Amino acid sequence: MQTPSDLRYTQNHEWVRVEDDKVFFGITDYAQYNLGDIVFVEIPEIDAEVTMEESIAVIESVKAVSEVFSPVSGTILEANEDLEDSPELINEAPYENWIGVISLDNGEELEDLLSADEYIAFCADLDE
Amino acid sequence: MSLKRTPLYDAHLKHTGKIIDFGGWELPVQYEGIIKEHHMVREKAGLFDVSHMGEFEVTGPHAEEFLQYLVTNDIKNMQDKQIVYTFMCYPDGGVVDDLLVYKYDTDNYLLVVNASNLEKDLEWIEQNVITGVKVNNVSDQFALIAIQGPLAQDILQKIADIDLTTIKQFWFNPAVELSGVECLVSRTGYTGEDGFEIYLKPEKALFIWDEIMRVGGEDITPAGLGARDTLRFEAKLPLYGQEIDKDITPLEAGFGFAVRLNKDDFIGKDVLLKQKNSKLQRTLVEFEMLGKGIPRSHYEIEKDGKKIGWVTSGAHSPTLNKNMGLALINSEFNNPGDIIDIVIRNKRVKAILTKSSFYKRKAKKEKKAIMEG
Repeated sequence: MQTPSDLRYTQNHEWVRVEDDKVFFGITDYAQYNLGDIVFVEIPEIDAEVTMEESIAVIESVKAVSEVFSPVSGTILEANEDLEDSPELINEAPYENWIGVISLDNGEELEDLLSADEYIAFCADLDE
Repeated sequence: MSLKRTPLYDAHLKHTGKIIDFGGWELPVQYEGIIKEHHMVREKAGLFDVSHMGEFEVTGPHAEEFLQYLVTNDIKNMQDKQIVYTFMCYPDGGVVDDLLVYKYDTDNYLLVVNASNLEKDLEWIEQNVITGVKVNNVSDQFALIAIQGPLAQDILQKIADIDLTTIKQFWFNPAVELSGVECLVSRTGYTGEDGFEIYLKPEKALFIWDEIMRVGGEDITPAGLGARDTLRFEAKLPLYGQEIDKDITPLEAGFGFAVRLNKDDFIGKDVLLKQKNSKLQRTLVEFEMLGKGIPRSHYEIEKDGKKIGWVTSGAHSPTLNKNMGLALINSEFNNPGDIIDIVIRNKRVKAILTKSSFYKRKAKKEKKAIMEG
């Protein structure tokens, strides 16, 4: 399982990359592996104002429907439309294929996110 | 209650199967990936562990008479070594289970039932059994391996002591040696492809599994429950609890071919006959998504804002590469070409009713040649 050390993570299995006041997010390698083949992504709605941990997107694998929760509060600036036609991109490269971009309205929220090491430990607990 | 393991559990671990709890059984939902396994079965071959299925022996001088009354298909018409797909119904026409009946001879049968219904089925059969018939749950005496796909016969032939072309679809041979192990082999399956199901002693299951994987080489993959479900769905094969259920009759679900209303009395006949002679209130229909989304079991279906039914099964079809479903709807709305709404997470998403849009295996080349010749 890959867990890049320069990203932050949530307990809902999203990853977060901060660039200036923009937050790119997607789902982790652990999440895509456990979901299996992804066949549908309902991408976030642009301009929607969202709060941390609000459901903002849906990922469907062959067997399961899973929600994606907003890692921070802000406004949805972009959504990755490529995923609508090619949802399998998330399986192929989960950290390259971000799902959306949110404006960072409250930088303090980032402190609630997990480091790579913390996320790895969190997943190890789940697997026990 | 602890989970049960089939005799092939070690094979699943060896092939790094992702093990899940499937109705009390520890079985692999997938090995390398559901879609990859699905395509392998459509294009080459896949190997499934279906040892969790239940098997009952029904024997005795009145076995034929009893089964004729118990199930909806015609047992009296069967030849020795033939198999029929049938339903057991309640008196109200609802389905107890769908099953296969294997006829050894007039006094000896094997019933193959869904694992999830095993205890309920056994209870039902014992409740209705008549004198001169013995019913034995022999599920623990069989492992069951299914090899499915266009190359299934070529692969299995490499270890079989008989010519497998002698086993026609829905027939079986109770004494086939595979690598020296005696097995019952039938040309049956649950994928919409050609293939075989192999019944054998549990202690020989791992050996035969490995033998088939060995001779299959690159042309075969182990396939899990996930692919089994997408394959059966694409081929429009019913799943108990979804297309058929205790509240859904076989006629509503469109499987009237397995209900012989012209035979002697059988459980559920009165209601089914009445249903057939009046108009069916509900019908199982096919649809394809026009809008974005995957229909899932139990999603509601609306027409002009009014609820008309629900999705029984839905999926992204890997072979046809579209999102499609089966649904039970009020018969008056069964007009192929009409637009319906599938309610997905409180949003109405458009779909179109279709007909004969599900997967059908292409006829074999030999068969075609005969037909054309």
